[in-house]
Amino acid sequence: MHNRLVVGTLLLLVAFPLAAEHWDQLFYVSFATRILIYALAASSLNLILGYGGMVSFGHAAFLGIGAYTVAILMEQGVSSAWVSWPLAVMVSALFALVIGAISLRTRGVYFIMITLAFAQMVYYLFISLRAYGGEDGLNLAGRSHLGFGLNLTSDLTFYYVVLALGVTCLSLLQRLLNARFGQVVQAIRDNEARMEAIGFPTYRYKLICFALAGGAAGLAGALLANQSGFVSPNLLQWTQSGTLMVMVILGGVGHLYGGALGAAVFLVLEEALSAYTLHWQLGLGLVLLAIVLYARQGLAGLFVGPAPGRRSTGG
Amino acid sequence: MVDALLRVKRLLKHFGGVIATDHVDLSIAPGEIHALIGPNGAGKTTLIHQLSGALRADGGRIFFDGRDITRVSLHERVHFGVARSYQITSIFRGSTVVHNLALAVLARTGSSLRFWRPLAKEDPLFEEARALAGQIGLGGRENMVAGQLAHGEQRQLEVGLALATRARLLLLDEPMAGLGPQESQRMVALLARLKGTITLLLVEHDMDAVFRLADRISVLDSGRIIATGAPEAIRNNAEVKRAYLGEEAAAL
Amino acid sequence: MSVLILEQTLNGLQFGLMLFLLAAGLTLVFGIMDLINLAHGSLYMIGAYLVAAVVQATGSFLLAVLAAMAGTAVIGVLLEVSVLRRLYTRDHLSQVLATFALLLICNEIVRLIFGSQPVMLSMPAALAGPVQLLPGFSYPAFRLAVIGVGLAVAVLLYLLVGRTRVGMWVRAGASNREMAAAMGIDVKLLFTAVFGVGAALCAIAGAMLGPLLAVQVGMGESILILAFVVIVIGGIGSIRGALVGALLVGMVDTVGRAFLPMLLRSFLSPAVASGVGPALASIAIYVLMAAVLFWRPQGLFPARA
Repeated sequence: MHNRLVVGTLLLLVAFPLAAEHWDQLFYVSFATRILIYALAASSLNLILGYGGMVSFGHAAFLGIGAYTVAILMEQGVSSAWVSWPLAVMVSALFALVIGAISLRTRGVYFIMITLAFAQMVYYLFISLRAYGGEDGLNLAGRSHLGFGLNLTSDLTFYYVVLALGVTCLSLLQRLLNARFGQVVQAIRDNEARMEAIGFPTYRYKLICFALAGGAAGLAGALLANQSGFVSPNLLQWTQSGTLMVMVILGGVGHLYGGALGAAVFLVLEEALSAYTLHWQLGLGLVLLAIVLYARQGLAGLFVGPAPGRRSTGG
Repeated sequence: MVDALLRVKRLLKHFGGVIATDHVDLSIAPGEIHALIGPNGAGKTTLIHQLSGALRADGGRIFFDGRDITRVSLHERVHFGVARSYQITSIFRGSTVVHNLALAVLARTGSSLRFWRPLAKEDPLFEEARALAGQIGLGGRENMVAGQLAHGEQRQLEVGLALATRARLLLLDEPMAGLGPQESQRMVALLARLKGTITLLLVEHDMDAVFRLADRISVLDSGRIIATGAPEAIRNNAEVKRAYLGEEAAAL
Repeated sequence: MSVLILEQTLNGLQFGLMLFLLAAGLTLVFGIMDLINLAHGSLYMIGAYLVAAVVQATGSFLLAVLAAMAGTAVIGVLLEVSVLRRLYTRDHLSQVLATFALLLICNEIVRLIFGSQPVMLSMPAALAGPVQLLPGFSYPAFRLAVIGVGLAVAVLLYLLVGRTRVGMWVRAGASNREMAAAMGIDVKLLFTAVFGVGAALCAIAGAMLGPLLAVQVGMGESILILAFVVIVIGGIGSIRGALVGALLVGMVDTVGRAFLPMLLRSFLSPAVASGVGPALASIAIYVLMAAVLFWRPQGLFPARA
């Protein structure tokens, strides 16, 4: 039943923009692209938060770093996606490696706070970059160049590229979670002390996981910069990190599609409610509150029950 | 004279003003089952923590197989050959028995920085885990979720995890904790089967088990070793009696 | 120059004391109930808005402050009893989600009532002028009043928590909740009371800072994060820690913002210095927090056993 749902959703995602184009509703394609990008970002957070047990309150920093990497490179005349997107991933992963190396020496609520602190530092760092817009942000001259006849300026083409990347990343995530590395990381989340006691250098695994998630968020950031054509330090505000966390918790912590589901529901709610009323945040807040109080496992939990056992991550 | 597998020299640990481990000397021969007993609060678990690497000693040295492991980290010591089990069961409750054991096997078979091949496909790993399950008496229960096992079975798994590391020295912290008479018998049988193949340092309160299993016994009181020797000698030791039962008992 | 240093030091003291008011409530809630409350800043915002509204209606600043304290405390208690109480047993993630939701709801309700534009809150006329503290050095009377109020509250809290039976219960609860309950302390009532007092403190801070900063939706978020920094540095659950932490953060932030750009200009180009200076100043407190977390994770005055 499960697989049918996934395949069905995928078909829908592939067919939908064509329908939208047919009925001249291209705005929805752009909106859907944004959802896909946040689905990727939230999934990267889910990796460390849901599967790794590391509650990071600074994940927006990696999103922002990826976005800025693309924007700054474009400002410097480098607009090839083949250069700037991988670089966005690597720079974010590098920052994550450094931040993680220090932060992972702490535990529990202190880890939450220290990741927050580092994200704030990066936030202020970008504000201070007057040459790249500072507080006002930076416009991108256009979208990245992909070549191969794929013009990303077309929202339709961009959507499919993002979809392809998103599906690829999610598949890679699934593989990773079922492989040795993912099983070890999840076991560390379940009982870190015992993992150490049977011989695993747990710090090392958590750090690598953290860096991987940072890199993935960097990719999402690169795509976000392309999608909106604009980057600003607001991308790195702590409330953005909070929003990402909310998406993951909403969708289901530790569920394969938790990040994607949460991002979709959050953004759709935001959009639907704001069409209704200026005060959509009120509705959003009430819905979130209801979910926390009454649907403990998040939305994915409502569909498939509690997060599957460590044996495999079917999704 | 066979060289000691574990040699502890003047180990010292204090918490603020309280001395928890008072210049402890200990020597365990390979293949030996060595019991560590003592009244509550004697510092037995603290000593185990220092031997396993969970706590850093304030003074003294720990030698394993001739090597100084005093400063070696917890997870590294496992690879040297020292592993422990816990007094309060510390297993992976959400996973099956076989998965629990597989994790321990995984820790010593190659790098786990593998991101592609599903773990479930690694047959040799799971075969070994199943064999281990049989060895610890959980043969037929491999696919049960650990959190749903009976207490006694969880204690068996607890020891099994330490065993799965193929460590040469196992530090077992009260494996009998909370076990009823039948379960205790099973645990004693399990440990007895290990005799000769592996070296055990057994912290226990269950005197029956201690006297049945131990080759030698050390008695810890207020952080100090007050006696070491063969079970009979310990049984008749006046100081030991005093430590456990008070002044009057020693006078008897 | 020395006048500038004096002025900035007093500004730092003033800001630090107000941060203390926010941090005190937050640290007790976190320390005793183990609750991460992202909506704490919303209580501060509500307090400021209530003051503005009552000043508009009655013209009396003092009356407004008292009314805001009462009103915010009531709102705080209502929140605690209806929603927050259910979160004490939940994990931190759920608490983050729930209180984040509350933050959104509060922001929006305030926006519904007062609109998105910043609201005017002027300081009481009696305190609008400067006061000469030293020959050649005048300092705004209102800011002096803020310092005074802050110190008074600090002393009161010290007496309350350190010298009364209720205070003892609070300290017991902060140190070990289960033990406190086992000793017969009505933990539920204590929680509600602590929350109410914390809310009132937020209102005072809102009243004092409102005339100096802007009263607008979202004012809670920027100060909330500083409050978290304070309690981490000071030690979760410790009022004394909150005071020391708040003064530290207030000083570093204020003095840093004032002097770092100046300092940097002496060996960097003015363009770079004016860009990097404020950023470095902002980063300074986070570096401080990261350092404390790294070397002394329980904070300067850990309350937890």
